[in-house]
Amino acid sequence: MFRNVSELVELSISKNVPISEVMIEQEMEVTGRSKETVMELMEKNLDVMEKAVERGIREGVKSHSGLTGGDAVLLQKYIESGKSLAGTTVLDAVSKAVATNEVNAAMGTICATPTAGSAGVVPGTLFALRDKLNPTREQMVRYLFTSGAFGFVVANNASISGAAGGCQAEVGSATGMAAAAIVELAGGTPEQSAEAMAIALKNMLGLVCDPVAGLVEVPCVKRNAIGASIAITAADMSLAGITSRIPCDEVIDAMYKIGQTMPTALKETAQGGLAATPTGRELEAKIYGVPLKKK
Amino acid sequence: MKFKSVFDIIGPIMIGPSSSHTAGAARIGRVARSLFGRKPEWAHISFYGSFAKTYRGHGTDVAIVGGILDFDTFDERISDSLNIAKQEKIKIKMSEEEALTDHPNTARIRLGDKDGELEVVGISIGGGKIEIIEMNGFELGLSGNHPALLVVHNDHYGAIAGVANLLAKHQINIGHMEVGRKEIGSEALMTIEVDQNIGDDVLKDIEKLPHIIKATRIHE
Repeated sequence: MFRNVSELVELSISKNVPISEVMIEQEMEVTGRSKETVMELMEKNLDVMEKAVERGIREGVKSHSGLTGGDAVLLQKYIESGKSLAGTTVLDAVSKAVATNEVNAAMGTICATPTAGSAGVVPGTLFALRDKLNPTREQMVRYLFTSGAFGFVVANNASISGAAGGCQAEVGSATGMAAAAIVELAGGTPEQSAEAMAIALKNMLGLVCDPVAGLVEVPCVKRNAIGASIAITAADMSLAGITSRIPCDEVIDAMYKIGQTMPTALKETAQGGLAATPTGRELEAKIYGVPLKKK
Repeated sequence: MKFKSVFDIIGPIMIGPSSSHTAGAARIGRVARSLFGRKPEWAHISFYGSFAKTYRGHGTDVAIVGGILDFDTFDERISDSLNIAKQEKIKIKMSEEEALTDHPNTARIRLGDKDGELEVVGISIGGGKIEIIEMNGFELGLSGNHPALLVVHNDHYGAIAGVANLLAKHQINIGHMEVGRKEIGSEALMTIEVDQNIGDDVLKDIEKLPHIIKATRIHE
């Protein structure tokens, strides 16, 4: 069983298999399930992600609070207009990440990756790259195992919970996971996956969890959007041969320590950050139908 | 290692918006239903901490009732659970509690009908993972890191040995075990953490043993 990213990369190299295969084999060993079953279970997750993305970019779902919804559709239209500055793949990933989180906010069906609040980045990037790289269904399932392998390391050595580690632990982890999986899908090496994860996560360090009214909507949806764009950029940087001066495991450890010292007001309590802005408080009062508390 | 499976990271499939406040809440409700063992006539739900403050926005209320209706985290009927409960004539009462609890996401559920009552306290610890910390006044010391088995039984000699023998027969290893009772000869509870997942066949076999009232598993 691998305990950190360097062991994961070592296993992948010594066995001469992709990181996704290391994760699949470990899952078989831990649960006693056959390869077929493990692959099937993951494909079910993939199906759910695909449906959520499709629903979000077509229907423009609105949440019960009215705080979020419809932005994925706006982005798709903007891409079609041909005016996009960032390029089709990046913006498509952004819109599909938004789509997933809009469906989530509207109490639709999603797959947590690694949590519901950070569920957009991994599928958003995957379904945007499908059009660019034409992967097989199996390669798409493997993308999820590779993401899962890196998420597994973060969950066991740091945290994937906003209440414990801030948004860096949720959208930050998801962004690193996606960056690593993009590299494998694009034909990069296991080391390059680790570098991409390190580069992506470094740029999410310190991100606080400050949801308005405590809801998984503002700013969660847009943080997934930007997470998707960072994931693709970090993967490109790594594929270009750029490495992180700080090794991936040390970045994860830094994230953990930052999370521990982060004030509670900034860890999913709706007491600080954007939640405590005048507009954040106003929205909160409106949603729960209570008068604003005088400070 | 707290997380053992890749499906703890990529998963669960669930109704949004929050793995802790929605999926976790549904799982707490479902464990309560499963421990009660039948459809209740009424359910009283108390929310504490962050659950109490944000349950409406997160659909924690809808999710927990969905769980009580025996819906899984991904069952789309969850979003209509309050209506379904009404149709099924289950009386639902909810309250927001001020009391401070050890964990921010805590819910207490009481289920009942003319034949009996059950009370559980559950906490949602993130990513959809839950722990049941109290049942019918018994404190449960579950780590949440392993699959667990809860067995309600009569306080009678041989009840505990019977369950242990049966697990051995199925080659299931016990990692941690606690037993408790309210008073001699009354209702008692075994909390057993095991290394392997527990199948439906094992649960059924346990319930067939003498002095056993109900067997349920919690973690997968």
